[in-house]
Amino acid sequence: MHEIGIASSILECVAAEAQKHPGAQVLAVGVRIGELAAVDKDALDFAFEAITRDTEWEHLKLEVQWCLRRQKCLSCAEEFSVPDFELACPKCGADNSTCIGGTELDIAYLELEEPCAKS
Amino acid sequence: MREIVEKKVLSENDRLAAELRQRYREQNILCVNLISSPGSGKTALLERTLASFTPTHAVAVLTGDIQTDNDARRLSGYGFPVRQIVTGGTCHLDARMIDRHLHEMGFRGPGLLLVENVGNLVCPSSYDLGEAAKVVLLSVTEGEDKPLKYPGIFHRASLMLLTKTDLLPHVEFNPDLALENARKVHPEIEYIALSSKTGEGFDRWLYWLNALQHKVQQAAAAINS
Repeated sequence: MHEIGIASSILECVAAEAQKHPGAQVLAVGVRIGELAAVDKDALDFAFEAITRDTEWEHLKLEVQWCLRRQKCLSCAEEFSVPDFELACPKCGADNSTCIGGTELDIAYLELEEPCAKS
Repeated sequence: MREIVEKKVLSENDRLAAELRQRYREQNILCVNLISSPGSGKTALLERTLASFTPTHAVAVLTGDIQTDNDARRLSGYGFPVRQIVTGGTCHLDARMIDRHLHEMGFRGPGLLLVENVGNLVCPSSYDLGEAAKVVLLSVTEGEDKPLKYPGIFHRASLMLLTKTDLLPHVEFNPDLALENARKVHPEIEYIALSSKTGEGFDRWLYWLNALQHKVQQAAAAINS
């Protein structure tokens, strides 16, 4: 259950980024999580809700993009996703490939609502 | 309005881990991060490992647990500095804890720093401690499919140690299947089967540590020269 720590890190980052946009309201934070990142999405949602409840971030939405494992074939350069740990290249059949996706634990974006310009 | 951020969630831990890695390099320290489920034999592995070293070896141990200093007490009788990190509920070690305890312990290289993480196959895999290698332990009393159930750590570990092999005659465990599963997740993972009770396989484990230490020393010499 390190999702509380992960959620706290996300929130710290949001707070730091929000300071760059004084007056703007942060509506959502988008994160990318890979299936090899050892983070449980439901537990993260739960943790995020728990640490933002009754705070200024109560209405902040957490948008998770779940990233499947991807490999790149070292023989033919084909990039492919990996269902059920099948690491052989679907194009040439070679079994030497390198991992290029699935370990993400990134903050991708913030959705901001800027204050209305004064007329 | 969408503001692109593109930042690692654990960027603060990663920053500290990079500082630790730099320090290890400068001081010629090999740091190895041992990770497993509770009860897979991390402490027993360390006991036999420490017992095999002569006092001239420069070795230190940081051992993490949610509660108690039992492991540090078990490991303190071998003549090497050992420090318990009690996380007080946190299910993993992070770079800040390592930095603080390393500083308080006063360990300086060249030498070997063995870190025993909190027993947990999930959370420790997310936190870089600046180590040269993560080592994952799987004991023969667990299931052969654990690498498939916990792919994150088996993907990140350089070496898988199959522990408690002395129990193989008494349990239904297929080491070949466990290794096959680990290599489905991480085709390049290295593998050593050993028993901390009988010492079987320990020569290979010590050789692996030695070879990695040699590699780290050579890399450090090249950078520091």
